[in-house]
Amino acid sequence: MHSNHTKNELLAISGADIDRCMKCGRCSASCPSHQAMDIRPHQFVSYAADGRVDALLECNSLWQCLSCFACIQRCPRDVKPAQLIEAARLMVIRQQGENYIDPDEIPGLLNNDVPQQLLVSAFRKYRK
Amino acid sequence: MEKIGVFVCHCGSNIKGNVDTAAVVEQISHVDGVAMAVEYPYMCAEAGQAMIRNAITEHGLTGVVVAACSPRMHEATFRKAAERAGLNSYMVEIANIREQCSWVHRDTVSATKKAVALARAAVAKVHRNTPLHPGESSVTKRALVVGGGIAGIQAALDIAEAGFEVTIVETTPSIGGKMAQLDKTFPTLDCSACILTPKMVDAAGHDNIAIHTYSEIEKVEGFVGNFTVSIRKKARSVDMDKCTGCGDCWAKCPVKRVPSEFDSGLCNRTAIYTPFAQAVPNVPVIDRTNCVKFKTGRCGLCRTVCQPGAIDFDQQDEIITENFGAVVLATGYDTISLDKFGEYAYHDSPDVLTALEFERMTNAAGPTDGRIVRMSDGHKPKSITFIQCVGSRDITNRGKTYCSKICCMYTAKQAILIKDKYPDVDVQVFYIDVRTPGKNFDEFYRRAAEEYGVKYIKGQVGKVVNVGDTLHIQAVDMLEGRHMDIQTDMIILATAIQPSATAKTTAGMFSSSVDQNHFMTEAHPKLRPVESHTAGVFLAGCGQGPKDIPETVAQASAAAAKVIGLLVKDKLMTNPCTAATDEDLCNNCGLCGNVCPYGAITYESKLTASVNNALCQGCGACVVTCPSGAMDLHGFTNRQLMAEVDAICK
Repeated sequence: MHSNHTKNELLAISGADIDRCMKCGRCSASCPSHQAMDIRPHQFVSYAADGRVDALLECNSLWQCLSCFACIQRCPRDVKPAQLIEAARLMVIRQQGENYIDPDEIPGLLNNDVPQQLLVSAFRKYRK
Repeated sequence: MEKIGVFVCHCGSNIKGNVDTAAVVEQISHVDGVAMAVEYPYMCAEAGQAMIRNAITEHGLTGVVVAACSPRMHEATFRKAAERAGLNSYMVEIANIREQCSWVHRDTVSATKKAVALARAAVAKVHRNTPLHPGESSVTKRALVVGGGIAGIQAALDIAEAGFEVTIVETTPSIGGKMAQLDKTFPTLDCSACILTPKMVDAAGHDNIAIHTYSEIEKVEGFVGNFTVSIRKKARSVDMDKCTGCGDCWAKCPVKRVPSEFDSGLCNRTAIYTPFAQAVPNVPVIDRTNCVKFKTGRCGLCRTVCQPGAIDFDQQDEIITENFGAVVLATGYDTISLDKFGEYAYHDSPDVLTALEFERMTNAAGPTDGRIVRMSDGHKPKSITFIQCVGSRDITNRGKTYCSKICCMYTAKQAILIKDKYPDVDVQVFYIDVRTPGKNFDEFYRRAAEEYGVKYIKGQVGKVVNVGDTLHIQAVDMLEGRHMDIQTDMIILATAIQPSATAKTTAGMFSSSVDQNHFMTEAHPKLRPVESHTAGVFLAGCGQGPKDIPETVAQASAAAAKVIGLLVKDKLMTNPCTAATDEDLCNNCGLCGNVCPYGAITYESKLTASVNNALCQGCGACVVTCPSGAMDLHGFTNRQLMAEVDAICK
């Protein structure tokens, strides 16, 4: 039996509306990291819908997603798969209970050439 | 003393299932002025109506309240029943205890309480009702058709055949519309032009049909039966009476690089041109923005070569004003812009085409004489890939939320046409869902897959990159769960369709409404599908919603039937529920005239506003605007409405 609690948590953190998905696959077709992913963006949505959140928290895709947001940009239904992946990463980090980078260190790492989103996503990814 | 009869309907179990109708009868029978109250399973049935008629005669009823379904359903039925028994039909009121009570409340107690309150309100209103009598207005026995595509042509032919004069107004230089651009039509694969051009010729030659091409609707006044419409005939710069359509002018025109609208931009046209060989009328126009004569004052070659002397550079726009009794809006569709869909490389590669561009390419009269070639190098492609749902079913700001409906079928058609010409070409279709309901439609799609070997892949293309002379596609096969990196020589996009740019303004001129996607709104989605919200204005074709040719023709004929039904009448009954001014209260401030959508209010006397009953539609905007309370609406007076509110609040 899948834990509904975790599914709701994933959806709440992500803000993604997975019921809108019409399974066209354009998210995975747009993903530059698809080859390295064990669960691809469109499958992420199906897994979340089925409540198979544990599998998502353990998958390798979490650490392969580049946060480029191509899937969000191209999705015709505004489902936001990258936000689901981001939420799953956050849940892993929260379970581990500590952060690799102290938030106070972020201002020092800021650089005009680096998108802030990349920095935020990256330091969470390499925590694992 | 009023004697009001209350008739409570069960509507089978629709009302009785959740409203205690016996309690409604019991409670309403004690209300002042109620002479009798009864319940019955189906008030709208003949026996129910007879019950109302008999009660009016037996009890000498002065008013009737029917507590039943929405007045949209059966108000007319019950008013007619009352009229047959000699009671003025405007002495009948409906209490909606179905849609507003039994269907929307979960528990019987509150639904019943509300049903009683609504019935009491209706009784209170009837107390203040006065008999009203509809007026009459005349009918101009001519019809206007806006748009000269297949919808407009079909509607015009049907109306003209019934013996009424029809005027078609078309913005482009020829009638024919999108259907004239198509190669073959699904699911029979007959040639589009072969079935359309006879109709175009019929329309042009019909005694009852006048065609104004290169023309636009300028202004609309009036109402059902009596529309006055100004039509702007744009300057053609060619005298239609003198021109023989010989073609010498466009053969000599030095401007040869204007993208052809008819050929979807795949080839060029001249500045003086007819859109296509079978154009109706076969008279060219000068496109003044591209003509050298109009840009620099020099040239005039067309005038020099024109034997009949038809070229007229000084021609001006002409505005003609005509009267019509009914109108058909058939403004058609366009494809959406692909500017927001950079991932499909439409602007990066000439080998990425829209489906409408491909129609011209595969057409024997098109720019490649029907040969399917890559626009980049003129070579025959070895593989062609279709991408469906480009901008359709897309809830982001890039696309359209709706299904464009025609794409699945025309994609199957185009795939078959390719395979028919070149069986060796690989054809594949990326789809999300294949939707082919319709007579012989699904069989047609399956033929593409089974007989012609068109490969259908469930999944959407993520990205197309133009690499040298091939197109690289990144996609997912959703059924196999396989990622695909493939190469193809040509891509055809099933681009979403949208209403023509003129749909919204045209509908607005006729006080007709459009939905959030600018499709014209029908009066009822199921029961009044070809009528607009404005009396006398009817809808046909893709301006009302995406549809294919058979559906468009059916809708056009249906609209024509409605028009004919209107035009055969000598007089129309007008709605007596119109606004009126209390001259003692009106201070002539002018606010009511500003809000009236129908131009029904004038201030000719200089002392008070006056309402033209023929124009007034009874919307009530003036009543709520009037600061001194001088405006009132017959049948919905302020006193009647306040009495209803009081009754509900009791």
